[in-house]
Amino acid sequence: MDFESLYRDERPRALATLIRLLRDFDLAEEMLQEAFTAALEQWPAAGVPRNPCAWLVSAARHKAVDRFRRARTLATKTAAMAPLLETTLAAPDTGVGDDGTPFTDDLMRLIFTCCHPALALEAQIALTLKTLCGLSVEQIARAFLVPAATMAQRLVRAKNKIRAAGIPYEVPGSDRLAERLDGVLRVVYLVFNEGYAATSGDNLVRRELCAEAIRLGRLLRPLFPASGEVAGLLALMLLHDSRRTARVDGHGDLVTLEEQDRSQWNRVHIDEGRGLAEEAVRRAGRGFYAVQSAIAALHAQASRAEDTDWPQIAALYSMLVRLYPSPIVALNHAAAVAMAAGPDRGLELVEQIERSGELDGFHLLPAAKADLLRRLGRHAEAAVAYERALALVTQGPERRYLERRLREVRPS
Amino acid sequence: MQYLLLIYENEASMAGLSEAEQGQMYQEYTDYTKAIRKSGHHLAGEALQPVATATTVRVKNGKTVTTDGPFAETREQLGGFYMVEAKDLDEAISLAARIPASRTGSIEVRPILPFHVPD
Repeated sequence: MDFESLYRDERPRALATLIRLLRDFDLAEEMLQEAFTAALEQWPAAGVPRNPCAWLVSAARHKAVDRFRRARTLATKTAAMAPLLETTLAAPDTGVGDDGTPFTDDLMRLIFTCCHPALALEAQIALTLKTLCGLSVEQIARAFLVPAATMAQRLVRAKNKIRAAGIPYEVPGSDRLAERLDGVLRVVYLVFNEGYAATSGDNLVRRELCAEAIRLGRLLRPLFPASGEVAGLLALMLLHDSRRTARVDGHGDLVTLEEQDRSQWNRVHIDEGRGLAEEAVRRAGRGFYAVQSAIAALHAQASRAEDTDWPQIAALYSMLVRLYPSPIVALNHAAAVAMAAGPDRGLELVEQIERSGELDGFHLLPAAKADLLRRLGRHAEAAVAYERALALVTQGPERRYLERRLREVRPS
Repeated sequence: MQYLLLIYENEASMAGLSEAEQGQMYQEYTDYTKAIRKSGHHLAGEALQPVATATTVRVKNGKTVTTDGPFAETREQLGGFYMVEAKDLDEAISLAARIPASRTGSIEVRPILPFHVPD
């Protein structure tokens, strides 16, 4: 019996229901932990119950009642116990339906509360990883390169604000649902990017972040089955993650998409990702994640770099630039145009971004410019741009990539 | 729960409004106040005189020290407030988003900390 994966699967829903019943994030987590300890003792002999989530919620709730009884002398504890006892005594199975629907409602409440826009973005991320993914404070702190005490403080503040400011434990009304779901997807995407983009720091923890983000995507899918953007985000994450092993070589150096050994790409992720990307485009053809997943799918289906459908990718990026303008999207668009229509066309676009000043200080701008100049054979100018990129870059692997390119364009 | 909705606006740009624009703003605030009274959210609400009329008071070593103006120079100044009763933060945010100044300035939503002073 694989208790760990069982617990991982059951934990978010069980916790979501417990938070509603106990009205306390910390207590709910603690009681669920105790309930799982009891499960570890009982399930091997008695067998896994038919509805493990219901079992865990019920056990955790009884433990909470016990705890309140022991602390009954305190008036405050009695007050806190009242709603719990009410639900326990009046209807022992409230919220614990066999069909799983009530759990799902609670899970949605929890997701929207963790990602409430009144919380700072980093607090939303921390709370999501702690509560929905069950990562420890230390794990989250390591992933975001902050001291554990800082991360613990961030979580305490977020939970305090939920309580003191009256952030509701509710699924937003239909008038705001789409907007709030965007916020949830943004948190999941940021978790993924944090794990994917950076290759510095603790690699194991970062790999875990990608896995957790994908897990969150899978959690959201059945909750929002009609959302093309949810499908698109999950597709995007799976397709990017499929290249994980191929994008870093034996020395920890970055391997560009062009140079990657495509036989190392994770076919299972690609197949699933492509299917989801198709669905995303069908349901939300102009969605932020849907369009990006379509781009990622086009890369994934090219068995050799030279088979990449660059004109189509450039067209999709031009759509992104129009619908969701940002200098980073514009830079990606320029790179795709360079591949589809020639480096000189790409260079024009890069120089446009350069003139706007929006990406000043960001190493990828001179790095992209340098690559295009190199491909145009303008090596002296390329060297200047590589040097500028090197002055701005902070990541070791990216630095080594730029140094290698600089050596190529500079006559020895 | 009770919330204080603090209305921040740039006084200089408010002073630059034409008479017609001022009249329209006054009407919008009147409509809003009536609406949240009718819906039962309204507890209190006032506009404030400009920041130029403000006095900051501190007591240092038992002596009252007054200074002209507010504590800090900011781009937006506190110009008024509403105190409302709302089910939760989401409802308070919806109420704040309907205040005319939410389009030109900003509204700070602060939950009231219940504090009972015995008689």
